[in-house]
Amino acid sequence: MKTFLRIIGGLALAGVIALLAFIFVPVQVSKPARELAADWQPEPGQGEYVLHASDCVACHTAEGGEPLAGGRAIASPMGTIWSTNITPDPETGIGDWSYEEFRAAMVDGIARGGTHLYPAMPYENYRLMKEEDIRALYDYIMADIAPVQNEVQETHLKFPFNLRFGIRAWNWLALTHDVGFDPVGTSDLQDRGQYLVEGPGHCAACHSPRTPFMAQDGVSTSDDGFLTGGVIDGWNAPALRGEGSVSQAWPVEQLAAYLATGRNAHSTANGEMGLVVEHSLQHLTDEDNLAMAAFLKGLDGAEVELPKSFAATGPTPLPAPETDAAGKATAAMLIEANPDMPLGARLYSDNCIGCHFANGKGAPGIFPELQNNHLVTGSETGPLISVILNGAEMPGTAKRPMTLRMQGYRDRMSDEEIAELASWLRKAWGNEAGTVTATDVATVRAASDSH
Amino acid sequence: MARQEKKKDVVIVGLGWTGSIAGIELAQEGLDIVALERGHDQETVPNFEYPQQIDELKYGVRLKMMQKPSQQTLTVRRNDGETALPYRSLGSFLPGNGVGGAGTHWNGLNWRPQEIELKLRSHVLENWGEGIIPEGMDLRDYPVSYDELEPFFTRFEKVAGISGYAGNLNGEIREGGNPFEGWRSEDFPMPPLPTTYDSAKFRDAAKAMGYHPFPASAGIASTSYVNPYGMQMGPCNFCGFCERYGCYQYSKSSPQTAILGALKRMPNFEYRTNSEVLRVDLAEDGKTATGVTYWDEEAGEEVFQPADIVILSSYQLNNVHLMLLSGLGEVYNPLTGEGTLGKNYAYQMNGGISMFFEDDNFNPFVGHGANGMVIDDFSISQNDFGAEGFIGGSYWRSGTFNGQPIRNMPLPKDTPSWGAGWKQGIRKWYGHAMSIGSHGSHMAYANNHLDLDPTYTDRHGRPLMRMTFNWQDNDLRMNQFMKRKMEPLAASMNPDIMQAGFKDIGAQYDVRPYQTTHNTGGHIMSENAREGAVNRYSQTWKAHNVFAMGAGNFVQNTQYNPTGLVGGLAYWTVNAIRTQYLSNPRPLV
Repeated sequence: MKTFLRIIGGLALAGVIALLAFIFVPVQVSKPARELAADWQPEPGQGEYVLHASDCVACHTAEGGEPLAGGRAIASPMGTIWSTNITPDPETGIGDWSYEEFRAAMVDGIARGGTHLYPAMPYENYRLMKEEDIRALYDYIMADIAPVQNEVQETHLKFPFNLRFGIRAWNWLALTHDVGFDPVGTSDLQDRGQYLVEGPGHCAACHSPRTPFMAQDGVSTSDDGFLTGGVIDGWNAPALRGEGSVSQAWPVEQLAAYLATGRNAHSTANGEMGLVVEHSLQHLTDEDNLAMAAFLKGLDGAEVELPKSFAATGPTPLPAPETDAAGKATAAMLIEANPDMPLGARLYSDNCIGCHFANGKGAPGIFPELQNNHLVTGSETGPLISVILNGAEMPGTAKRPMTLRMQGYRDRMSDEEIAELASWLRKAWGNEAGTVTATDVATVRAASDSH
Repeated sequence: MARQEKKKDVVIVGLGWTGSIAGIELAQEGLDIVALERGHDQETVPNFEYPQQIDELKYGVRLKMMQKPSQQTLTVRRNDGETALPYRSLGSFLPGNGVGGAGTHWNGLNWRPQEIELKLRSHVLENWGEGIIPEGMDLRDYPVSYDELEPFFTRFEKVAGISGYAGNLNGEIREGGNPFEGWRSEDFPMPPLPTTYDSAKFRDAAKAMGYHPFPASAGIASTSYVNPYGMQMGPCNFCGFCERYGCYQYSKSSPQTAILGALKRMPNFEYRTNSEVLRVDLAEDGKTATGVTYWDEEAGEEVFQPADIVILSSYQLNNVHLMLLSGLGEVYNPLTGEGTLGKNYAYQMNGGISMFFEDDNFNPFVGHGANGMVIDDFSISQNDFGAEGFIGGSYWRSGTFNGQPIRNMPLPKDTPSWGAGWKQGIRKWYGHAMSIGSHGSHMAYANNHLDLDPTYTDRHGRPLMRMTFNWQDNDLRMNQFMKRKMEPLAASMNPDIMQAGFKDIGAQYDVRPYQTTHNTGGHIMSENAREGAVNRYSQTWKAHNVFAMGAGNFVQNTQYNPTGLVGGLAYWTVNAIRTQYLSNPRPLV
């Protein structure tokens, strides 16, 4: 018995020591993928470009705030995380961070002083960035961004998520991949696309599913789960590979146009993706947007046909798409306009048909198609309800300066009517998705009332 | 003491079509630009959003998109013997208000003038001699030719997004287009829109009589469209709410759909709304402008905005008014013929026939502002002025543009205007009427002119502008000629009832009923400083750094809606500024 207690006591002691070590022993930071020469200098403009490609501005800028001065609330399943000030202000920003400290934040999620960052910072993905790009970004922020003194709200998550050392354990599960980029080698263009998608673009942060531990289930091309679709903050981030995905349905030209302008012949960007286009992708070169489109198209071996250009300026008339077999019956019913048709169809005729048309195909470049649109048919119904209630906006971009705005219908339709309309849309033109209830609508309405 | 703003390279007065064109083209030169707009800001959503916009009472009847007479108006009289009175209730013409100006609430009828309309005096002299020009008519050539303007018409049509079918492609006449139009270097940027039933009926009747019907040239998108600035339009759904409304569908050509999004992105461009320009300030020697003074509505104070170049791009009436107030030329005196500002004010001479068919259903609510089939068989280039006794012409169009119930329920003349008889009439005839319109030229005359009113002032204490205008026999004879020609065509369609409405000799101008917002002239282009207010590049003769855009440049009005010529002249002018003026600011003529 004594022996047994001694063993238990010994184990407990070892456990406590291990725990103390886990909490207090400094973590190791990763070595760079490649050592840069002492006199290495970034190309002119490289750092600013990496800043755009990595979409730093979208998260590290508060609404109406100074760029990169932090303070934006980022919703997470664990609670609200407040983004930090990454201007080179020494007190409230990262002005006194060394390059090594900066790299550790980017690739290991460890801030100056050893604090673990919450993985809302996509270091799982930035870990794949090239040493040159991380260094160029650091140099740019330190030399060219004006320091802004802005003390941002501290993140206070509920127990146990407030214990940041726990992230150390999480990192053992999430950071199993090496630092640095490993090209597949299909073509220079596709490799470039792969790099942007995997690394700075951190597409997998939304478009890969999550493991039960909330780590990304697929951070690079070699992972099975990579870009097979995820759910983020109540939005479906659709699969970017596989049968029925947009990257297989749309030609490279349309994929690139969507990335660069937030709109193409089929759809317009909404929600988080709209922000990605606005803050990041529109600032990239045509070649880079084309590279990402080509990479996504060829990810599972599909043939990649490169267009000469995309989203060129006009004059370009874009003819209306034809009604297809799947959409025929719905289109015929709407055109016949029998007053006995279902309420959802009648509401569509009164409110939506002017732009999205009887065949649900919309109009290229300006009015999204509703047939086979993941926002309409996704598992998450909040975005569809929100668009009907509150409208949507895709700001103008460099290549398509028009701000596309749809008005909301919250004052024109009740919760029951919107539920009828949304449910009908999810079954029209061959769409196959479940019904929406008035309670679902009421929830979204209440949430958007408080904004 | 007026507040003073930081000096700009360019100040633009009025942010409608021509102000937007000047803004974006000069911003591309890297110039620092501010546009001052009297009205409010407006965008497709929320300002024109569905369904709030398609409110006939608010916008069609109560004219919410228009200039408020309490804010700005003019006085009107028919001749020098009358006392002009303020235009207190909008009627005959509807100047717009706010960003986008008239470009937001027009019908979308976009035309180029015919080649000879720009050389009308020469055309008359060559064919019939000076003797046929009536006394008092100031018949002029434009100091710029069709061939010179052609690339700029094409440019404007691409930017604005015009639908149609070229009838004269580089001199080749194409079946189905307008054989009498000026040559086009390229086809329309978008194909024509589909044809409604009434238009098809008119087309067939016109064809049977040997005329040459073609689809109207429309600033209404027939497809999705991307223009040269990357701006976009959506295809029209034929809702019929164009004129007096902003388009909720992004389908109507407007500064909002064609230019403003691209312009607002440019860091060297800014615009200020609720900023009404009171005058152009001239340097001491009077040879250049130093900037403009405007009223900042929000601050409630006058502001001086210094600038190297002043672009006057407000509505024609407001441009002329500003120039009169600023001394940008001598005021025209009809008794002596001296002076240039305010001369050759012209309008439009229109008529039409309504036809009622008991057995046809026209679904008038399916349409758009530039809908229809057109014939140009009685246009200016086709008429024998010597034989017919007038100088002018018109285009005819048939196509429903709306079925709005308050203002567009045509009824046979003998129907009571209220009560049970009216209700019966509506029940019987709504949807059973179609019409053919004649849209005719209007010449310039010595006694139709604009000057400053001696009595009435605006809220800033400035004299109102005074319009002296009446119909003239030449144009009324043209109108009666159209009636004589149109009646047999209408009769050939066998309507149950038809009724013509064409002003006849002796008609007096009535400012109350709506006629058209095609006010032209007043700061006309001319070969020399004696005859007009601006040169062939719309540069004022008085101050070489002031350019006046718009229909005020028209020496007399054409038979068409003015926007196409206004847009072409704007690109022509801006091109001259870019290629000739900026490198060496001076009088360009």
